[in-house]
Order: sequence, then structure tokens, then C-alpha cells
Amino acid sequence: MELRDQIMGIVDEIGNSEDKLIEILISVQKKSEHHYLSEQSLILIAELLNIPFSKVYGIASFYSMLSTKKRGKYVIQICNSTPCYLYKGKEIVNMFEDILGIKMGEVTQDGLISLEYTSCIGACDQAPAIRVNDRVYGNLDRGKIYKVITSIRRGEL
Amino acid sequence: MAKLISELCELVHPLSVEDYTKQGGFSALEKTFKIPPEDVIKEISDSKLVGRGGAAFPSGIKMNVVAKEQNEIKYVICNADEGEPGTFKDKYLLNHVPFQIIEGMIIAGYAVGAHYGYIYIRGEYPDTHALLKRAIQELKKNQYLGNNIMDSGFNFNIELRAGTGAYVCGEETALIESIEGKGGDPRLKFPYTAVRGLWDKPTLVNNVETLANFCVVMNIGAEKYKMLGTDNSKGTKLFSVSGCVNKKGVYELEFGTSLRELIDTYCGGIEDDKAIKFVQVGGSSGGVFPAHMLDIALDYESFRKYGVGLGSGAVFVADESICIVDFLKATMKFFQHESCGKCTPCREGNRHIVKILDRISEGKGKMNDIKILLSICNAMIETALCGLGQSAPTALLTCIEYFRDEIEEHIHGYCRTGVCKFGKEGY
Repeated sequence: MELRDQIMGIVDEIGNSEDKLIEILISVQKKSEHHYLSEQSLILIAELLNIPFSKVYGIASFYSMLSTKKRGKYVIQICNSTPCYLYKGKEIVNMFEDILGIKMGEVTQDGLISLEYTSCIGACDQAPAIRVNDRVYGNLDRGKIYKVITSIRRGEL
Repeated sequence: MAKLISELCELVHPLSVEDYTKQGGFSALEKTFKIPPEDVIKEISDSKLVGRGGAAFPSGIKMNVVAKEQNEIKYVICNADEGEPGTFKDKYLLNHVPFQIIEGMIIAGYAVGAHYGYIYIRGEYPDTHALLKRAIQELKKNQYLGNNIMDSGFNFNIELRAGTGAYVCGEETALIESIEGKGGDPRLKFPYTAVRGLWDKPTLVNNVETLANFCVVMNIGAEKYKMLGTDNSKGTKLFSVSGCVNKKGVYELEFGTSLRELIDTYCGGIEDDKAIKFVQVGGSSGGVFPAHMLDIALDYESFRKYGVGLGSGAVFVADESICIVDFLKATMKFFQHESCGKCTPCREGNRHIVKILDRISEGKGKMNDIKILLSICNAMIETALCGLGQSAPTALLTCIEYFRDEIEEHIHGYCRTGVCKFGKEGY
């Protein structure tokens, strides 16, 4: 589907008043295969809501869960707030970097997986915890990390 | 364990209205509708309930201000933007008893004369978001939301709004900005949100746990409620425990229980019988207590004596393998990342604190650095615009007070835990 049609559909469903901007951005990003808001989509949203592009970009860059940079199809977010970071969180960062061959903040060459930090995801009782797209995985160790990555590569997630 | 607000958790199906009413759900609302709004506020005021989000502001006073405002349109907001690291008690309540939170919102709406409510749920909880969406639908279907609820003549509707990754949006004015579709920049404190909040209308903002407490107070009455807790902290509190304890999780305890009892009795002690180094209470913006202070009672007045608050009730337990400088670095990097950048003390203060801590952890610190840290902390506490900047230095200040020797050791190039490598990584 054309990007314009897709975004128009979302705006029709949510509404085009200014206070719906964040909801629209969330929805548009959710529909994007690489979990991000392209410049083109931000321009379209600004046009449809009749607000300046700078404002739309401002919101998109303010909120951590919105991204203006292309990410992997699967976004692995490792919690780096203290309850996870200090409870084996540092080790799992090393394991992920080691297994995927990329550093934090990078995307694998095939564009499948990106590795990021996130602030607390409220899974402190399952530390160390990560989020892959919308799902939370806790109590991670090397074995579980392999399992998660394997199921991503096999398309099982 | 005194189970009051979490009594129905794991007892009812979260989306079954039948289950919920069978276990006494909506009886608080029924009692509320039988008395005039002033009396509801009086009941809440008499119970001495204070807000559970972290600021501990008396709920009755806040309600009263909103109720007194002469405005046809008023709003009730449920603050479910639980971003404080180490806190997951609101998620626990919302996932298990969403109806109870909504019932609390309707009670609040009736008391202050608001007919419209918003639940602002953080983006990190997509499952809870989906559950709340269904909960609202269920209640509409069963006429607990909409017009003439329980034949009271009172109308109330709720809309769900999602956050998308901004800790600062837990601050009520930033939250309101976010609902209005803007970036989460906090507003000046005057006028209060109770007078001019969402779309400049009088707005009552309450934390999830506070709303759950409204149901309890209306159910058992202020007199009985007041019997629980201590002189100045009434009722119970949910604590989210994480770190190196055997049983992490959410525990509801009467105010006044000691920190040691929470850790030893409820959480089953420390993993592998290691020794506790410190406990941080209140999340990343909370104070740090060394092991010899664990007998402190978990209530507002005991914490005030040490110049800190109970905050959201997050309890992070650290054993001796954790380096205090490493811990502070992680904490302060969080605030540096989450500072919205609107006011200078918070934006620059956090940045410089991180810079200095980095320097110390690399063995390049100077003794004067501790003095500089203290002066930045004080400037932030005095001048930051919102609670984020004012409370960001709490952990650092308490660590300088109780663990100064360990920080000084780093300045001299030694880390007792071996966590900081001083640029010698790899061997």
C-alpha cells in the first residue's frame, strides 16, 4: 500500500486534531517494518494534521520509543536501569554483542536485528530483562539469549 | 501481610465483571453514590490518605481544590506512567484488578464533579494497555461507564492514552502536556493542575495505587482505615522489590514495617546468603541506606528524618559485589537520558555529574570532585523546575554521605569490588 494511503487511513481512524499526534506517530511506527518514522511519513503527517514539520519531528525525537532512524525488523532493547544493569545486565549486553557481532546501537548487516538500550521496562523482578518488539523476556542467561536469537532468525517470533 | 488494595489480585479474573462484583467490587462506588460529593471528600480527607506516586501529597486536599473550582468541565487523570526504575506495582494492580482502578476514578470523578477521565499508560506496558482497553469496553457494556452509572444519575467516561518512552511524563504537568499531544516538558507549578490542568481545566491527577486506595477507604470507612499504619502514614503501601533477594516481587505491607522485615521475612533473604551492601528505596530518585540502617521503618516520617522520601515504594537490594561508583554512574546516566532539557539545572547538572563520575571511575578523579558534585546537587535541588531534577541527586547525596570512603578510594585508583578497571580492561 502507498505510504500516503496508509497514513491517511491511520489519521482517519484516530482523528486529525493536534492532541492525537502522538497516537498517530505510535500507530504509523507500529506499521513500519523497521520500527521507525521515515522523513517522508513525518512530512505526510504534518501535512494531514496541518501542523509544522518541525513540531512533528520535535515530538518524534523527544520520545524514546519513537525512532527517526531505521532499525532492524526485530528491535532488541536491553534494560539499563539499575535493577537490571547491576543484576547481570552488563554481562548480557556483552553476550548479545558477542553473539550478534554488533555493538549496542547498531543493526545487523541483514537488517534483521538491532540492539538498543531502554530505560526501566517494569520487569525488575525478572532481571536481567529485555524487550523484543512488544514482548518482554526475563531472567536471561546465555542459553535463553541463544534461544531468543535463534527463534528470531527462524522467523518464529 | 495486610492485604487491602491488592486483596483481589489473583483472586478474580481481571476482565470478569461478574467475578469482580461477586468479590465485593463496586460496593465502594455504591456507597459513594449514596452520599453527597462533599462527604466523599471528607471521608478521603479523614482517612489521611496521601498520594502513592511518590510525592505523598494529601489526597483529600487535592480533591477539595478541584471540587471547589467553578468550571463545567473538569478531568480526572489516572497516572499509569510508572517509569521509576525498580517500580512495577502499578503494573501489578492494573494487570490484576483494572476494574478497581477504574472504580477509583469514578469515585474521584463523582467527588470533584468531573465526568471525563483519562488513563495515561506508559508505552512500555503494551499488554497492560490492551487489557485496559478491554476493561473499559467491558465496563461500558455492563453500564459501569457511560450515563447514569448504577442509577445514580452520574455520568462518567474514560479514554486511554499511551505514553511512548519518557520518564518525565510521570510528572503530572508533563503528563498533561503529553495527553495534549506535545512533548513532555513540565509546566511551572503555579497555577496548580488542580486549578488549571488538562486543556486549562481543573484536573485531578492520581497515581494508580492512590485510586485503588479510594475504593478501600470508601469500603471500610476512614475510621477503620486510619487504624492501619503509623501516626503519620495511614494504610498500606505496595513495595516492588528487586535486586539480589530470593523472592523478588510486589508486597503489600502496613506502614511501619521495617526494611529488614521486608527483606528477610517476605523476600526470603539474600541470594546465596551474601551480605547486603545497601538498599535503595524509592527508585532511582530515592535514597540509599547502608546495611547497618536496615531497621528503619517503612513510613513517611521515618524517612523524612533522613531527608529522603519513600517515593514510589521501589526497593532495590544490592549485595557487596556492587560498586558504589558504578551504581551511581548507571543511576545518573538514567537521569541524564531522561532529563527533558527544558530547565538548565537539570539538563546541565546531570550531564556534569555523569562526566565527573566517569572521571572518578577511570581513576582520573580529584579530591575536589566530591565538593563539585555536592555543589551541583544542591543547585539542582534548589532550582530545578520539576521533581525530576530536584530528586535526581538524592542517590548521589546519600552515597556521598554513607559511602564517601569508597568514592575516595576510586579517586586514589582503587575499586574494592574490582568492577572499575581504570582503563586496564582486558587482563
